[in-house]
Amino acid sequence: GSGGFRKRKHDNFPHGQRREEKENVNPSSALMTSFKSFQLELDTRHDKYERLVKLSRDITIESKRTIFLLHRFTSAPNGEDILNESEVKLDAVRRKIKQVAQELIGEDMYQFHRAISPGLQEYVEAVSFQYFIKTRSLISVEEINKQLIFTAEDREETTNTTSNSHDKQPHTWSLKVTPVDYLLGVADLTGELMRLCISSVGNGDIDTPFELSQFLRQIYDGFTFIGNTGPYEVSKKLYTLKQSLAKVENACYTLKVRGSEIPKHMLADVFSTKTELIDQDEGLS
Amino acid sequence: MSVSDMFIALQGVLTADQDIREEIRKVVQALEQTAREILTLLQGVHQGAGFQDIPKKCQKAREHFGTVRTQMESLKTKFPADQYYRFHEHWRFVLQRLVFLAAFVVYLESETLVTREAVAEILGIEADRERGFHLDIEDYLSGVLTLASELARLAVNSVTAGDYSRPLRISTFINELDSGFRLLNLKNDSLRKRYDGLKYDVKKIEEVVYDLSIRGLNKEATVGVGGEK
Repeated sequence: GSGGFRKRKHDNFPHGQRREEKENVNPSSALMTSFKSFQLELDTRHDKYERLVKLSRDITIESKRTIFLLHRFTSAPNGEDILNESEVKLDAVRRKIKQVAQELIGEDMYQFHRAISPGLQEYVEAVSFQYFIKTRSLISVEEINKQLIFTAEDREETTNTTSNSHDKQPHTWSLKVTPVDYLLGVADLTGELMRLCISSVGNGDIDTPFELSQFLRQIYDGFTFIGNTGPYEVSKKLYTLKQSLAKVENACYTLKVRGSEIPKHMLADVFSTKTELIDQDEGLS
Repeated sequence: MSVSDMFIALQGVLTADQDIREEIRKVVQALEQTAREILTLLQGVHQGAGFQDIPKKCQKAREHFGTVRTQMESLKTKFPADQYYRFHEHWRFVLQRLVFLAAFVVYLESETLVTREAVAEILGIEADRERGFHLDIEDYLSGVLTLASELARLAVNSVTAGDYSRPLRISTFINELDSGFRLLNLKNDSLRKRYDGLKYDVKKIEEVVYDLSIRGLNKEATVGVGGEK
């Protein structure tokens, strides 16, 4: 009714006045000029962040594919080929990381860390998985970082830099995986190793599970040594790590107890039922 | 290098990291204490009697900022200069609070918006990242948004204290600030959330101005203010 109308009119009044005053704001005042520069600064920062997120996602996807590829490596005749192929794939990933490093030249790496951290973790997982398959040992964070030092070898870049300046002579830049990213990547690696263990039994390989349980135990000991000194995410992974270790240890146990009784070609069946049981247990708890 | 050696080394790195964080936390606590003292001092302007000695309060606050500067100096020594953003979270809150306080003092003194360079100077830090411990742009903007809500409150209280001209000046200032923020393309983060609150401050001040104008009090104020002081 009329009451409603009056109320609305009342509400509208300040808005009308505001629009008038808006026009009074001088677009070239000191305040507006500085906000224009803030706009530029924020946009530049956000754009860079988005580019890094995209690179990080590409790194994640390529690393995941490398891991899938490496899972097909099972002392098969084409083992060498698969390792070579994984090396090619990892090189591609490193080229992406090089782009990340280029984006971060002159920046504080930690300012954009959240954009790139997932990708780096996945890369650590892939590269350490490959390293394990090749050498049966754990790659160190220094070793990883050594592979992430890049030089400007592309023609395009060298022409760029020579035309730009002669005084900036070292055309190398690097990206350092932080200790925490490394730890989280290694924690993910244990999940892959657990999968490798179960599938290698399926292929009739009864040595690998014992090697793996040994290796996983060492990593688990390492993580318990760190305990809660690390950040929250690390302690969170510890729980999953424990589960992976339990699965591998149970697998070794079954192999030991029943391995001599069961013909080799039936081992896979025994294991598939065993792992299903474990999975069900997890679902319940 | 064996697996356990690697983890021992990593543990060492993590412990060193924690020590740095502990040191930073101590200084930040001291900074928070100083910030609270300045805030208590400036809160006085909302009381009726407080309107008379605003310059005195600002001067006292500026003395306290001297303490802030020494505390900032000590904060700078607690971590490697190129790892600002690694530990940023620890001082982010208190830095935003200090920006607000500095901006409030400058507003009360000159009724202008403090520039980023000026805040940095008041706090004894740099405005530019290249030159060391600096004031992040988002922290600066957050502090400015806190100023807006404080001014909305000040507009109400200055009317109660009989100062009818101040709300009009605050209104002009806030409107300019609002137009400034409209230029920014904010991401959906904490700054954006705080910016969303600005419209309520604008609305509040407009209501005060409206109340004054329908009663003709704004005209009276502009005439009477010279005689009053």
